[in-house]
Amino acid sequence: MIPLSWYLIFAAALFSIGLYGVLARKNIIAILMSIELMLTAININFIAFWRYSLPGQMAGQVFAVIVFAVSASEVAVGLALVISLFRRVKLIAADEINLLKW
Amino acid sequence: MAMDTLVWLLPLPPLLAFFLIILFTYPKKGLSHSISIGAALLSWLGSMVVFFNAVRKGAEGLGEHPFGSAVNWLPVGKGWFQIGVTVDPLTAVVLFFVSITILMITLYSVGYHNFGQPAGDHDRPGLPPEGATQDGHRVPSIEPLYSRFFGFISLFAFGMYTLVVSDNLLTLFVGWEIMGLCSYLLIGFWYGKLSARAAMIKAFLVTRIGDVFMLLGIAFLYSATGTLNFREIFFNEEVLHQLTTTPAGFLGLSSAGLIGILLFIGTVGKSAQFPLHVWLPDAMEGPTPVSAMIHAATMVSAGVYMAIRIFPLLSAGAEHGALTSPMVVIAIIGSFTALFAATISVAQRDIKRVLAYSTISQLGYMVAAVGIGAYVAAAFHLITHAFFKALLFLGSGSVIHGMEHGVYHTGDHLDAQDMFNMGGLRSKMPVTFWTFLIGGLALSGFPIVTAGFWSKDEIFADAFAHGHLAVFITLALAALLTAFYTMRQISLTFLGGSRTKAADHAHETPWTMTLPLVVLSVFAISFGWLGIPEHFPLLGGIIPNWLGDFIAGSLPHSLVEIEFNWIPLATSLTVALGGLTLGWLIYRDLPQGAEDPIKKWLGPVYTLLENKYYFDEFYDRVFVKPATWLAETFTYKWLDRTVIDGFLHSVARAAQAIGSFLRNKIDLPIINGFGDAVGELTAKAGERLRFIQTGKVQQYMLIALVVAFGTLFYFLTQ
Amino acid sequence: MSLGLFIFFLMVVVTVVAAVAVVTSQNLVNAAMWLMVALFGAAIAFVLLQATYIAVIQVLVYIGAIAVLIVYTIMLTRNPDEKYGPGVNKQWPIAAALSLVLFLGLAYFYYTLPQTDVLAPALSGDLNAISQLGALLVSPNAYVLPFELASILLLAALIGSIVVAWRK
Repeated sequence: MIPLSWYLIFAAALFSIGLYGVLARKNIIAILMSIELMLTAININFIAFWRYSLPGQMAGQVFAVIVFAVSASEVAVGLALVISLFRRVKLIAADEINLLKW
Repeated sequence: MAMDTLVWLLPLPPLLAFFLIILFTYPKKGLSHSISIGAALLSWLGSMVVFFNAVRKGAEGLGEHPFGSAVNWLPVGKGWFQIGVTVDPLTAVVLFFVSITILMITLYSVGYHNFGQPAGDHDRPGLPPEGATQDGHRVPSIEPLYSRFFGFISLFAFGMYTLVVSDNLLTLFVGWEIMGLCSYLLIGFWYGKLSARAAMIKAFLVTRIGDVFMLLGIAFLYSATGTLNFREIFFNEEVLHQLTTTPAGFLGLSSAGLIGILLFIGTVGKSAQFPLHVWLPDAMEGPTPVSAMIHAATMVSAGVYMAIRIFPLLSAGAEHGALTSPMVVIAIIGSFTALFAATISVAQRDIKRVLAYSTISQLGYMVAAVGIGAYVAAAFHLITHAFFKALLFLGSGSVIHGMEHGVYHTGDHLDAQDMFNMGGLRSKMPVTFWTFLIGGLALSGFPIVTAGFWSKDEIFADAFAHGHLAVFITLALAALLTAFYTMRQISLTFLGGSRTKAADHAHETPWTMTLPLVVLSVFAISFGWLGIPEHFPLLGGIIPNWLGDFIAGSLPHSLVEIEFNWIPLATSLTVALGGLTLGWLIYRDLPQGAEDPIKKWLGPVYTLLENKYYFDEFYDRVFVKPATWLAETFTYKWLDRTVIDGFLHSVARAAQAIGSFLRNKIDLPIINGFGDAVGELTAKAGERLRFIQTGKVQQYMLIALVVAFGTLFYFLTQ
Repeated sequence: MSLGLFIFFLMVVVTVVAAVAVVTSQNLVNAAMWLMVALFGAAIAFVLLQATYIAVIQVLVYIGAIAVLIVYTIMLTRNPDEKYGPGVNKQWPIAAALSLVLFLGLAYFYYTLPQTDVLAPALSGDLNAISQLGALLVSPNAYVLPFELASILLLAALIGSIVVAWRK
């Protein structure tokens, strides 16, 4: 009943929203949340393709499992960085952390 | 030992002595003179052995087959240039006198240089010793450069031996040049004196002029015949004939004539004939043994020896009795020099100068003898002259030494060599007096008992017999003057009363100086008796004319015996005795401070004679000054400094200009500028583009995405 | 309209609205809550796609661990006198435009692509799906290597985050 393209478009929408959040949000944690959105969209993409191409083989889901692992570790490290950064400069606004400015 | 080998060994002991003394025993004076005397002794013994064997072999045998051998030395084309040694009769007699005179002179030098005396108060190397103070008196001091003298004397001996025993003109020339070098070194032995330095250069340069022509002659001879060996040239009829018939292309002379004259010019230089005589009197600057060595025994004799050696070449092509063109030239120069030098000798005050001009004069005799074809007479006079001239020089050295004793004693500052400061030395220095007298009488040609008489007489006889009257008269006049100035010299020095206090305090010299005088005087007396001609009245025939026969064996053809004639004998007796008497009468009792009597008789001529006819001044004006100008001004200042150095400086300046142009106009602005510009441009670009680095991560990402989408869009729509 | 379709559209609306709320909330805690909702919506999508295991993992890992972690971090990094200003920075218009372009491009692309216009194929009756997935993950012929690497990655992240956040 539901064509593949709808799922894909849905995932694309989530991805775009996440992208907007990454680019536009001031707070670093908000950026990380947006990254999670993007990764979720990616997962949806993978699973949709799996379902509509070769649902008999579970191998298609392996990638999604790996993506979970990766995103989890990435968030963990990112949040650790945020905590460390907060301890130093007492603020977590992305556009004010500009020590790498020339 | 075989004679052939022994002859090779004769020059070696002096050469070895030279190296030992100069390299090793220089600080040890006694050892040095012992080595030198030992070497001279060895060579003398060897020469005596060779001489006696030569005599035993006899004139003809030795003439046909001389001792000696040759070795291959220089490969030329397909064959070899050989050098070797040879002893024919002429060589044997020359070896005889050369070896004994060298030995005597070397021994004499020990005493002359005051061996055993203390070192001087103010003596410096290069200046003659000036005395030391011992127990409050001034005494003669030892020569500072003692060993050096003996080293050079030995080298000199080596040169002479090499010349005498060599069998070809090349090694003869080698010996010739070695002696030239040694005369330079020894004349300037006291190089601290300016006059000695000038004299050594003068001697070397003047003899050099002669040597250059001689070398031309040698080269011409070699190119004409392909060999320089005496045997192959002078004993070879074909070679001589070919040389006389090929014209030389110069003044209408044949090759033999031109070669003869060129080689003779070497003799003119070495034996101080006119016009190259000017070096010999100045050579008196050297120590007296050197004067004896050079001017009596060895060097000047070498010139005459060579002339005698090449006699077959000189006389080739002439009929018997007639003279070839080189012989004419030689005779003229010889006789002129004999008279010319004798006139100058008459007006000299220095005891050694008199002997110097006397040497020139006597050499003129020998040269004239060669010129008129009196082969045996020339050789005979060469030998006797060596003995009595060496004797006279060594005697004069003894006199000067005695006078210096007196000078030290009295403290006067006077010239110990001026005869007018001497007088009455007969009683103070008897041995010196008697030996000097013998030598002087030999020089004058005192009859019968002196060797000089026999040799001079033979020259007169030969000249008269062959009708060369011009030569005869010139030589007779020269003989008169010779006797006169010899007696003048003896009278002024030994007879009468002492003219100065220094002469009063003179005393005899040690045995090392008087022994050689005695030995040489023995030869000066007796040697003449070996050459008494056969037909001499009364005495002829008692002792055979051994010398004449022996020496004649050196020639390929036999010589014709001269008939006896009274006229030359009478002439020689007259001039000899007459001159001696005249000299004795005038000078026997000259008081102190008196002028020379002949000064007022000859007037201005005396001044001319005293100044040697102003020849030195003439040469200076005509040759020396232009040569100096050429060297200093023309070559040095103009060519070298201005042209060559100027060219070099301008090249350097041009290079520098180009360099600085390249540097300042091209290197710095363009290349460095370019390099600098690259860096500056990069820096400026960096500065302008800096603003991109905001440090804001989201901005970076945005830009990245914009660019990525742009690219993607671009490619998707392609 | 069948049930599946209805749930699908509901899920889409909820998830998209929640996502938009995440990126526009000024209050961070609100954003975190909305994130949980969005992630839950994604879990529903996984269920609809019959990837039940993934759906459960999504809830457990993402919502249960990651979102909670985010909330902890928000609490730890709270600045007391912080005012809630605009949550977006100066470049938000460009970012919005960019995202819109991306979405439109992707949508158009998916829509016109013929391969995506398919319906879901029927599933076989074999429901040993999870054991099969498990076997795949540890089988040397299959995906054990990525599995192990992922575990190492997790280990590295673990250690790394401890080190980074260590209070000296």
